[in-house]
Amino acid sequence: MRYLTARKRAEGKGAAHTGTEHHWYMTVSGVGLALIVPIFLYIFGSALGGSREEVLATFAHPAVAILTGLVLFVGLEHFRKGAQTMLEDYSRGAMRKVLIISVTVLSYGLTATGLFALAKIAI
Amino acid sequence: MVQFTLPKNSRITTGKTWPKPTGAKNVRKFSIYRWTPDDGATPRVDTYFVDMDTCGPMVLDALIKIKNEIDPTLSFRRSCREGICGSCAMNIDGINTLACIYGMDEIKGDVKIYPLPHMPVVRDLIPDLTHFYAQHASIMPWLETKTNRPAKEWRQSIEDRAKLDGLYECVMCASCSTACPSYWWNGDKYLGPAALLHAYRWIIDSRDEATGERLDDLEDPFKLYRCHTIMNCTKTCPKGLNPAKAISEIKKMMVERTV
Repeated sequence: MRYLTARKRAEGKGAAHTGTEHHWYMTVSGVGLALIVPIFLYIFGSALGGSREEVLATFAHPAVAILTGLVLFVGLEHFRKGAQTMLEDYSRGAMRKVLIISVTVLSYGLTATGLFALAKIAI
Repeated sequence: MVQFTLPKNSRITTGKTWPKPTGAKNVRKFSIYRWTPDDGATPRVDTYFVDMDTCGPMVLDALIKIKNEIDPTLSFRRSCREGICGSCAMNIDGINTLACIYGMDEIKGDVKIYPLPHMPVVRDLIPDLTHFYAQHASIMPWLETKTNRPAKEWRQSIEDRAKLDGLYECVMCASCSTACPSYWWNGDKYLGPAALLHAYRWIIDSRDEATGERLDDLEDPFKLYRCHTIMNCTKTCPKGLNPAKAISEIKKMMVERTV
C-alpha cells in the first residue's frame, strides 16, 4: 500500500514528449513499403527458378540492387519499430527492455547481413 | 508479460438459479455476474427469470425489476434512465453499452450481463472507475485561457462551435475505454479513448489558449500512441460517437506541428 492519490497514479511520470516521430516514420515507411514491396516481389518471383548466374545478374542490376537495398533497410526498420510497439503492448518491466534490445539487435543484424550480401552481388 | 487468463480468485462459477415467476407466459432468462467482497467467494453467474409482460423494454428495466421483486442484493449503478448520466454502463450480450438505452429486443436468446470488462469490480455490476476518472481529470477538461477575461463572454463562431459536435456529447460511461484492448493491457499509462476524446474536445475548442500545452502533455508513446486504431471504441459507443477519429485527429495535429 503506497497511499498514492488516483490523480498521481494517472499522471505517472508525465509525458515523454516523444512518439510522434515514431508514428510518422511508421506511416511514411508503410506507404513506401506498400509501393516497393510488390515490385520487389515481382522481380524476386521472376528470378526464382533461374540459374545461379541469372539470379546474380538480376540482383546485380543497379535498379534492382537499389530497390532490394531499400526493401531491406526500410522493411527491417519498419519491423524493428513495429516489433517495439508490440513488445511495449504486451511485456512489462525488465523483460520489456531485454526484448526490445533483442529485436533491435536482430533487425540491425539482418539489415547488415542483407546489405553485405547485396553488396557482394552488386559490386 | 500481460496476464491473458483470469487469476484463480476471479474465475467465474455457476451461481444460484432463481425460481421462474408463477403463471407467467412470456419469460426471459437473465444470466448475471455476481461478486461481493464480503464472503471471499469467487464470482458466480446467477440465473433469473423475468416476466416480460410486466417489464419495461430496456435491460435496465429488467435489472430494476429483478432487484425490486426477486433479489434485492443485486447491485448496479443507475440514475437518469435516458442515456445522459452514463451510470449504467455494463457488458450486455457481449457489448459494452448503457443498460437504460439498450432494448431487450436487440438481444437474441438469453440475456447475459457482466460488469465492464478488465476493470476492478467493487461489487456485482459495479466497476471501480477511480483511475478512469483521474485520467479524465489529468487532461484538464476545462477551458484554459491566458488573455484577460472579456467583459461579457468568450465568443465563438458558429463554425467553431460546430467542431465540438460529436465530442461534447460524451457522458464518460467508460464503455469505449473498457472495450479497448490497448486499455486492457496498458490502462495504467494509456489514457484510453474516452479521456482522449475529451482531450480533443478541448484542443479543438477555438476559445482554449492551451492547445500547445495540451498537445505537449499528450505526446507520449503510452498516453496517446497506444491507440492502434482497433476501433472497438467507436463500435461500442452507446452515444454513437467516434473516439477513434478524435484520437487520429490528435495524432494529425501532432504530426502537423512536427513536419
